[in-house]
Amino acid sequence: MNFDLRLPIGILFSIYGVLLIGYGLISDKAIYQRSLDININLGWGAVLLVFGASMLFMALKGVKKDK
Amino acid sequence: MKITLGPLDYAILIIYFLFVIGIGWVLKRRMKNSSDFLLSGRSIPAWVTGLAFLSANLGAQEVIGMAASGAKYGIMTSHFYWVGAIPAMVFLAIFMMPFYYGSKARSVPEYLKMRFDEKTRGLNAISFAVMTVFSSGISLHALAKLLELLMGWDYNECILISSIVVLVYIFLGGLTSAIYNEVLQFFMIVLGFAPLVYLALKDVGGWTALKEKLIPVATSQHFAPGTWTQSWTHMGANNDNPMGADWFTMVFGLGFVLSFGYWCTDFLVVQRAMAANSMSAARRTPLIAAIPKMLFPALVILPGMIAIAMHYGTSGGFLPLAKDGTPDFNQTIPVLLARYLPTGILGIGFTALMASFMSGMAGNVTAFNTVWTYDIYQSYIAPKQSDNHYLWMGRWATVVGILVSIGCAYLAREFNNIMDMLQLVFGFVNAPLFATFLLGMFWRRATGNGAFFGLLGGTVGAALFHGLSLAKGNIAGGIKGAWIAEKFHFNSDMAQNFTLAIVAWTSCFVLTILISLLTARNRSDEELAGLVYSLTPRPKAENEPWYMQPVTVGILVMIAVVILNIIFW
Repeated sequence: MNFDLRLPIGILFSIYGVLLIGYGLISDKAIYQRSLDININLGWGAVLLVFGASMLFMALKGVKKDK
Repeated sequence: MKITLGPLDYAILIIYFLFVIGIGWVLKRRMKNSSDFLLSGRSIPAWVTGLAFLSANLGAQEVIGMAASGAKYGIMTSHFYWVGAIPAMVFLAIFMMPFYYGSKARSVPEYLKMRFDEKTRGLNAISFAVMTVFSSGISLHALAKLLELLMGWDYNECILISSIVVLVYIFLGGLTSAIYNEVLQFFMIVLGFAPLVYLALKDVGGWTALKEKLIPVATSQHFAPGTWTQSWTHMGANNDNPMGADWFTMVFGLGFVLSFGYWCTDFLVVQRAMAANSMSAARRTPLIAAIPKMLFPALVILPGMIAIAMHYGTSGGFLPLAKDGTPDFNQTIPVLLARYLPTGILGIGFTALMASFMSGMAGNVTAFNTVWTYDIYQSYIAPKQSDNHYLWMGRWATVVGILVSIGCAYLAREFNNIMDMLQLVFGFVNAPLFATFLLGMFWRRATGNGAFFGLLGGTVGAALFHGLSLAKGNIAGGIKGAWIAEKFHFNSDMAQNFTLAIVAWTSCFVLTILISLLTARNRSDEELAGLVYSLTPRPKAENEPWYMQPVTVGILVMIAVVILNIIFW
């Protein structure tokens, strides 16, 4: 039996989400000139976090089911 | 154009490497026999094999090559998906997977041995092994060249570092490790490139503005205004479009021969489906892959179209120029990354790029080590050894495969457009192969001798045609063709390759039929049960909901792809 792949995917993208959100909050606005003045780190970080968290959620639900 | 990574970007990249190696490390304990290592013990759920099926192909040729083609040929590049890949994947799922999975063959060459004979398997195994290390070398080369250019990193060091990462995780966790990492990479690519495409499209002013900006791109090259944004309208004659191919050459050459040849018989992708945990999961694998695959043009072709529109619309150009003064299409994605992504998200995009190269390479290496170990080593060099011995061999084949890839990477430095070169290689090896499989699976009278000499004839036919033909702007007598004589002329490398594929397929198809009729059958009807369509009982309709039934899903996928073709006609 292999381990549930949703677990590492969930962890990885949650970490990325948190990193980007954190950086999006503290970073200087000037760096977003190239991304058309959109704080893409904050916005996309949230997307990554939601994706990562839902993968984690499904993985944990899967573990419960197995038990 | 240089990309400068911040500390956060490096952190993102390093975290990714840690996860990749970590997955291999965790899986290491589970690698108990050669089947675990080389076949994943047929234990993987369909959604995982499906995304890996897609990802294994998502290497250099996809990300860099498709964006390059998007710039060079416009939306016509989508034919690789909507005429080529998707129908082929549906065909594989519905008609071919039952034989691959049901026959219990461990590899595509092994199926050929069961269906035909030893020599057909040997021919296929050897040519396939050569092709995979070649492809893996291309991936490696593309990555190193890119990093050298963008980051100022040393070419040799890039080759060394990326091959070591790939080596470590495959050496530890085998095929399962490669498959798991391919799924990780799939999400990385989608989530890493989506913001890039969003920003670039927004900057160019949306789809309608993009269409307008692509008009001067077409007219300045003496094509009709809509050539870059209409996929079928300009396929009437080969002079009407930058691909240099008419619709028949494209549909038959690219769609039927090359794409079906690649997606249905290339062990690199088929191996992912064969690792699935049941027949139903194996058949669903290509279908699960087909759904995101349909939408991939938005992720990989669209950036190329945007870049070329910007290039013509900006004074001083947007893309850097190649040595011959034309835009360097292979730099499309890196240029967009550097232009639009600030540090942070840049780390995600850059890591996605790195990931795609490495998994493209890993896919080839895992296919290579299976074919090498089972079809070449176990069959011809050291039969009847203990399974432990083959597990050991599988691991070391990984090392050798990567070493040979490195050699090929240096060879690949010679070529200009990666895509054109891959098509050439597939033309020689894969194009005739699909004829062999069609006849093998659907015509019980096809014999071992017919298959072997047909395959050989197809490959020779391809080589001869290559030696007699040349595309515009290329020098005769070399790797580009016409090394025998200059008989046939084409408007582009791509048109030459499509036609070459048609020639190879037709020679193999006709020769196999003729020789089969002249030689005695070497497999009885009983032996062919489970290997040939007419001699195999139909898989029973299982009590599955409609979205799990291969035929139903296959039909829906086909309808969707027809609609996409019509929208962008």
